[in-house]
Amino acid sequence: MPVSIDASRRIFDALKQNGVSIVSALPETWLVHLIRMAEDDPDMTLVRLAKEEEGVGISAGAHLAGARSVMLMQNHGFLQSINGIVSCAQLYRLPLVMLISHRGWFGERDPWQTEGGLVTIPLLDALRIPYETLDSMEHVAHRITQAFTLAHSANRPTALLLGRDLMWEEA
Amino acid sequence: MKRLDAIAAVYDKLESCAVVTIMGAVAAELQSLGHRENFFYLQHAMGLASSVGLGIALAQPRTKVVVFDGDGSVLMNLGGLTTLARYRPTNLVHVVFDNESLLSVGGFPTATSTGSDIAGMAAAASIQRTDTVRELDTFVMAFDQALGASELTTLVAKVEAIGPAAFVTDLALLENRFQFARHLRERNSRERALRDRNTATVNANT
Repeated sequence: MPVSIDASRRIFDALKQNGVSIVSALPETWLVHLIRMAEDDPDMTLVRLAKEEEGVGISAGAHLAGARSVMLMQNHGFLQSINGIVSCAQLYRLPLVMLISHRGWFGERDPWQTEGGLVTIPLLDALRIPYETLDSMEHVAHRITQAFTLAHSANRPTALLLGRDLMWEEA
Repeated sequence: MKRLDAIAAVYDKLESCAVVTIMGAVAAELQSLGHRENFFYLQHAMGLASSVGLGIALAQPRTKVVVFDGDGSVLMNLGGLTTLARYRPTNLVHVVFDNESLLSVGGFPTATSTGSDIAGMAAAASIQRTDTVRELDTFVMAFDQALGASELTTLVAKVEAIGPAAFVTDLALLENRFQFARHLRERNSRERALRDRNTATVNANT
């Protein structure tokens, strides 16, 4: 499976540098290494979700209790979480940081991912969630730090889209 | 049993806990007994109160967390029972007030009115301590035991489908949210300082 271990490591290290201690996740192909890294790290609590929207509540509770967390999910998980994002994270002004694998975008071979790929960015815009794409190793750490900085200064959700060029090592 | 009576009967025991409630009648009834800084009312996001409780319980393992949930909310996040069971935080007490209806939106019956058993589903999700109680005295006893137990508990309290006349209170959502967060953080730092002092004393004596 040509998911980039180097990119996953770079992302994981940046999360740790930003003080993340709780990761809630629902697996998808591009996230396998990240989830294993969270699982193997004794200082990280990995919460395996049944459905992504739970992660919004877990991150809300973690923040209220003073811990930093992230949600790891596919863009269909983001679609699934939207009510929680609006009626928990946005209503209560919570700095929710989401890492979303941007499936169904340029280069996607799986037909079933393509509708979700089309609506991800328009939905982030409609929800007024600031986002950046991580698509090269050089800016991974910097943009993750910026996502946390903005989420905490604005008390609002921010998103990082994990792009194919970063996560998938195949022509 | 009336939910307000049940909440009133355990109100004093909530003082040392972090309390998360669902929206509507439960939030309004707890507030009517007297708001405290350690109460957080999740006024929307149905289903997520137990997930918020899990997040707090994981972030502050030494804080006792009480969630006041409802049947309609639990039914919206049944998968959340499996996540609670998986991480089984020993400091979380999950109370479900089951009035078998969506009371605040017209009282339409939920699936618990036709036999769906939330304590049974929690047990099947592998939550080890579960119970269903119907009387006030058994509720208070079961709540006390859950609070004293170092194990995740889902306690279903069957209550009458009646609530307060109004749900909106004068506590702004954001005021509640920032006050609650500040309370939890300050409590955590106080406890950490106390632990550090105790550790220093032990080290000095050895």
